[in-house]
Amino acid sequence: MNIFKLSIKNILSKPLSSFISLALLTLGIGIISLLLQLNSLIKNQMDNNLRGIDMVVGAKGSPLQLILSSVYHVDSPTGNISLKEAEKISNNRMVGSSIKLLYGDNHKGYRIVGTEKKFIDLYKGVFKEGEEWEKPFEVIVGSKVHKNLNIKIGDKLVSSHGLRETGESHEDQSFEVVGLLEPSNSVIDQLIITSPESVWDIHDTHNHNDTNDNFENKNKHDHEHEEYDDKEITAMLIKFSSPMNIIQFPRQINETTNLQAAVPSYEISRLFKLFGFGIDTISYLAYLIIIVSGFSLFINLFNAMNERKYEMALIRTIGATRFQLSSMIILESLILTLLGFGLGLLFSRFGVMFVSSLMEESINYNLSSIKILSEEFWLLVFSVILGVLSSLIPAIQVYKMNISKILADA
Amino acid sequence: MIKTNNLSFNYDNKVFFNFKNINLKNGEDLLIIGNSGIGKTTLLHLLAGLLKTDSGSINIYGQELKNFSNYQLDQFRRENIGIVFQRPHFINSLTVKENLQLAQYIGKKNNNDRIENILNNLNILDKSDKKTNQLSQGEKQRVSIAMAIVNSPKLILADEPTSSLDDFNCTNVINLLKKQAYDYGAQLIVITHDSRLKEHFKKQLQL
Repeated sequence: MNIFKLSIKNILSKPLSSFISLALLTLGIGIISLLLQLNSLIKNQMDNNLRGIDMVVGAKGSPLQLILSSVYHVDSPTGNISLKEAEKISNNRMVGSSIKLLYGDNHKGYRIVGTEKKFIDLYKGVFKEGEEWEKPFEVIVGSKVHKNLNIKIGDKLVSSHGLRETGESHEDQSFEVVGLLEPSNSVIDQLIITSPESVWDIHDTHNHNDTNDNFENKNKHDHEHEEYDDKEITAMLIKFSSPMNIIQFPRQINETTNLQAAVPSYEISRLFKLFGFGIDTISYLAYLIIIVSGFSLFINLFNAMNERKYEMALIRTIGATRFQLSSMIILESLILTLLGFGLGLLFSRFGVMFVSSLMEESINYNLSSIKILSEEFWLLVFSVILGVLSSLIPAIQVYKMNISKILADA
Repeated sequence: MIKTNNLSFNYDNKVFFNFKNINLKNGEDLLIIGNSGIGKTTLLHLLAGLLKTDSGSINIYGQELKNFSNYQLDQFRRENIGIVFQRPHFINSLTVKENLQLAQYIGKKNNNDRIENILNNLNILDKSDKKTNQLSQGEKQRVSIAMAIVNSPKLILADEPTSSLDDFNCTNVINLLKKQAYDYGAQLIVITHDSRLKEHFKKQLQL
């Protein structure tokens, strides 16, 4: 038996009031930790997918929508732009490199993107099996897609029109799987990647009834320009030759062409500001809950102290010092706050897992890695301070207690 | 040796107590008897080091209590004194045995055999795992005696241990107290207004 065990016994002897303080504390700490975790995970995921994309060019519309659709692959595209116009921009001397993106179809809800091979390099995609496409209608499948749908090399995938599963399917055309990617913790994990020609082809089959084998030679074709004219792409990812261009060039495009240029880092910080307001409000609420839990702790200890004054006096008559008694009170409070902190973190971990599974279902996004954040360390410091503060007045009262008087009144 | 000299105490300069001198050799028990309101409990608290005297001196086993700091008084109490209260007090969240273990922890001792031995001697060994609020009045009295002697004090102070008891139980409790004190080699001072106890003590002091 020691002071620590006695504190535990005292907490257990008042299950209801201990539970209420603990529940409030767990809730408050849990909500704050959950917000911190989600914020950091989403930010991480967002930054991770930004990779060196300085600017996105697409059809006029909402710039945020353009970024979400072509960088994060979660929203619908704003529309299509002509390949000719896009080429003009990519030939500009301010552009370092560019990658074309084409959308139009999905396989069981996973987007099929027509793009260039360097798209895979942009996200540092590594082949698990197979290799890059040689011909149109050959696809490379992201890690989550092949894992979830159990896709193997050589499988034939039927695509449906649109970006949702419900679209009309192109029964006559199927894609052949030639490559499977390792997980990269970026957007390519949830994409099916193919050449631009495959997407053009599937939607313009009337244009070239000839076999796909001719396709490779197409660029060398005589009437290249005719093809060129009516081809469309969905968006183009651009990296500048110099970071200086980030201010001027997008504005120039927006003002002088009928294309839209959007800067991902700017749009994402705008999105986070919108988010941020809600996050702040909830965290103020959570801090309020924590403070209420501090008051509840204080009231419990204060009441318990009055109820237990004979016990305290008894312990003193046996020979315990004032300091031992006061530290018992503080210890009781600290045990509860630390327990609340621990349970709060646990709560937030389950919360992240829950939200993550929700996001995965609705937008194919996965928030996997969970670590202890430095903010959570400060949350621990805050809990300890709360525990000490709420027990301070009862502890001082116990320290100053007149045992002789209490025993004489009995 | 327990010796007091011209001991006095006042509460807020309103209530003044002057106490007759106590002079007790080692091994001697003492009954201090007096009517209510005469400061009996105050005297007991002075002897236990729970109160500090205004004037006069208390010398217990060669230690002058007057000069002690609060910390030294705690230590003195821990090493020398066991108290039996008029109304028994326990830690309600603990069992009988845990109460005694806590007392040992505070007294910096750890001896479960002694706890069992004492509980057995008081015929309440079977209650050791009961919460204290599940005990009968008589059992509580016995546990209270066990609490007083568990740390092998040299002096047991009992404050009105029999005042609320009938004649039969009164005799029982005082015999039990005397026997426990004798068995565990402690000196006993009982403070009471209960004149029934007079026949049990050779040495008496009327306040």
